Amino acid sequence: MSETHAADPMVPDVVRVVRTRRELADVWTLEIDPGPEGFAFAPGQFNMLYAFGVGEAAISVSGDPAEAGRLIHTIRAVGNVSTALAHLRPGDTLGVRGPFGHGWPVEAATDADVVIVAGGLGLAPLRPTIYRLIAERSRYGRIAVLSGARSPTDMLFRSELERWSARLDIDVEVTVDHATGDWRGNVGVVTTLIERAAFDPPNTVAFVCGPEIMMRIAAVELEKGGVAGERIYLSMERNMKCAIGHCGHCQFAGDFVCRDGPVATHARLRRLLALREI
Amino acid sequence: MIEGLDRYIREHPFFAGLAEEYVQLIVGCASNVVFKAGAYLYRHGDPADQFFLLRHGRVALEMSAPGRAPVTFQTLVEGEIIGVTWLLPPHTWSYDARAVDLVRAIAMDAKCLRDKCDSDHDLGYDMMMRFVPVLVNRLQATRMQILDVYATPA
Repeated sequence: MSETHAADPMVPDVVRVVRTRRELADVWTLEIDPGPEGFAFAPGQFNMLYAFGVGEAAISVSGDPAEAGRLIHTIRAVGNVSTALAHLRPGDTLGVRGPFGHGWPVEAATDADVVIVAGGLGLAPLRPTIYRLIAERSRYGRIAVLSGARSPTDMLFRSELERWSARLDIDVEVTVDHATGDWRGNVGVVTTLIERAAFDPPNTVAFVCGPEIMMRIAAVELEKGGVAGERIYLSMERNMKCAIGHCGHCQFAGDFVCRDGPVATHARLRRLLALREI
Repeated sequence: MIEGLDRYIREHPFFAGLAEEYVQLIVGCASNVVFKAGAYLYRHGDPADQFFLLRHGRVALEMSAPGRAPVTFQTLVEGEIIGVTWLLPPHTWSYDARAVDLVRAIAMDAKCLRDKCDSDHDLGYDMMMRFVPVLVNRLQATRMQILDVYATPA
């Protein structure tokens, strides 16, 4: 079980929203004041956010792990809980339990090339990793950030992607599934960018996050290109409730995603991803 | 000109590893082409009498419908191939290909290549083994697009 900030991992801390930002039509980012002790987390970990009177949802941290004084979550309003969370305003309170789970093993990429493949909102759990990679740029080889969205208007963190793209030490490629009008960038699914990216396959670590189908195809493409399944990491999503591996809601074959994931290697997940029963 | 073209063919990823005898055989079907930004490589309904090996620039594949703006469903860049419709009858393009920026490409005369494949089935088999993965990858990409994986779950 991960070490959380509270003495009892089932008891939420009450925290306050400081700032909100509408990212897309149905996606908001909350900046939360975690209190005087700050909030340490590893890239890829998640918190259980509690909208009082509505319920809890597992949401990945999307902020910079170097900034413990700001807890950042990016939330898509899809159900009752996520909609209540996304619509919180500065000054509102919410409950936080966490951080939970195994995140992206960024240290495993030391001296290696890094390929990040993000689909849709999958860029949010990967953003802390990108911040970490940039902060420690000299520790890694080539870095490729490949990001896909449904359309140009659905592109998450567009201004940040543009900023990273302007750097000379990171390759950023963005694509959309379809476009009209004056879009001059790539069109096609994000997995098509893998073949175009520059990296040394045997010495590459890949971090992949997005819809499960997209991750499955991305992992296959990466393996086809020569990246070992043990070096391809995916972030799984299941319905998490307790977040500490007790309740079983997020059971995925013999694992609990909250406790044994959410990040795991493709070598471990490959067979399970093909089972429609789970 | 031909000498330069055989180098482009040899170096283009799509023809990686092609036997030298075949390079020399198909170079006679090749020509250098340039399209300015906004120009069409071909339009829906045109005869599919060529395909293109992209050397520089980006090409948007588009479909249009009455009353709707054209939708780009794929872009292709340097090192990729444009056009698979030339392989099978009726040899007619079913979408538009537009140069997004300045495009340099090698155009392969489809009838010329089909004739060479007909008279040398080993070459034909080699071509098929190169085109089938392109088709499979595009089919898989299309499947993902149809699934609309980023849409909000109902």
